[in-house]
Amino acid sequence: MTRMRADQRHRIRFMLNGEAIDHTCEPRMLLSDFIRHEIGATGTHVGCEHGVCGACTVNIDGLPARACLTLALQVEGCEVRTVESLAGKNGGLGVLQSAFRRHHALQCGFCTAGILMSLDALFSHHVDADEAEIRDVLTGHLCRCTGYAPIVKAALEAAAELRGENNREAIDA
Amino acid sequence: MKPSAFDYVRAESLDEALEVLRNEGSEARIIAGGQSLMPMLNMRLAKPRILVDIMRLDELRKIEPKQGRIAIGATVRQAELLEWPSLDRELKLLSLALPWTGHAQTRSRGTICGSIAHADPSAEMPLALLALGGEIVLCSARKRRRVAARDFFLGVMVTDRRDDELIEAVEFPSAGNRRCAFREVARRHGDFAIVACAAVATERGVRLAVGGVADMPVAREFDALEGGALDDALNAFAWDVDARDDFHATARYRRDLVRVIGRELVMEVTR
Repeated sequence: MTRMRADQRHRIRFMLNGEAIDHTCEPRMLLSDFIRHEIGATGTHVGCEHGVCGACTVNIDGLPARACLTLALQVEGCEVRTVESLAGKNGGLGVLQSAFRRHHALQCGFCTAGILMSLDALFSHHVDADEAEIRDVLTGHLCRCTGYAPIVKAALEAAAELRGENNREAIDA
Repeated sequence: MKPSAFDYVRAESLDEALEVLRNEGSEARIIAGGQSLMPMLNMRLAKPRILVDIMRLDELRKIEPKQGRIAIGATVRQAELLEWPSLDRELKLLSLALPWTGHAQTRSRGTICGSIAHADPSAEMPLALLALGGEIVLCSARKRRRVAARDFFLGVMVTDRRDDELIEAVEFPSAGNRRCAFREVARRHGDFAIVACAAVATERGVRLAVGGVADMPVAREFDALEGGALDDALNAFAWDVDARDDFHATARYRRDLVRVIGRELVMEVTR
């Protein structure tokens, strides 16, 4: 049995956005802080730090999860993805992000990274999600700017595009 | 909003976790999915000296039907149980209540047993366990014992679990063909319940359980009643459950919800 001491840093290895992380941290370090302060990937935002606001939502082993309710040491050996992984080709906006931009689905943008990660997880399992399912996923997030309606619109359009139903090229050009 | 410092043990066997609990007692806390404990740590409402992570224990990750009961191990996540193909048939009440337990983003990590260990008075899993008449299997380095749900919850986040014990599994009686129903009122879907009600058909009538009203979930058996007699019985129940006033709702509003939702659910499972 290995007891990892509170006042020491301990080795932690996991995959972050497809890259192997081999680093150290103290037992009490939250995954949200680890990603931001140790790795320097600041796309993941930190809001309430007790699991209510959803801003820090990331993807752990294929499912959306609160990075502030996860210790960094708990993701040893896991596959973690953050909003940085959603970028499209050449570092441009991905499908979901483009739809958010078109529909003004963000204003201050603080909640956006978390919402994108939840919707990305939803559509990766279930690209036929309807409005009710999208709204159910959004109950796990707080947005104080948009009133959610533009977020729902953007999500529906992105889902349609992911299903290959509409071709955005003419509009985006 | 950062946890205070603690040692961390990634348990590799159940015995190892129990050993830490035996040596450290109340200074140690078990962490599984962490969706109840992490907020407590972040807000420093809990300051354990040592945290024992049991999530790597595959021996506890099992959903096992046995003799009319479904045993759910300590590391089974809520999302995993929701995906269990037999859930609708074996544990209809849980298939109704689980979507109300937190959000998709917390069910992905939170466990069934963790929610029961945490014993929040408005949580759905303790309520469902009580409504179905389930049991908690507690394990320490010395022995294993079983406690009925009605004897397990003692107050707000207070349970019969001793400092050297962990919840190894919880057992839900399989409802089979018995009708059941669930309803909840919360400010936002997935938030803590102002009132949550679960009803299960019994041989005599209905067992109705309410959560979010008092310091712990409370259940009562009702004979098959109708009309005014049912209203009177529900009114008596609403008053007997020691409703609390808090930031979210008044005690009176909670009693009203018990009467209204209670009636709906009783009708639903007895019609």
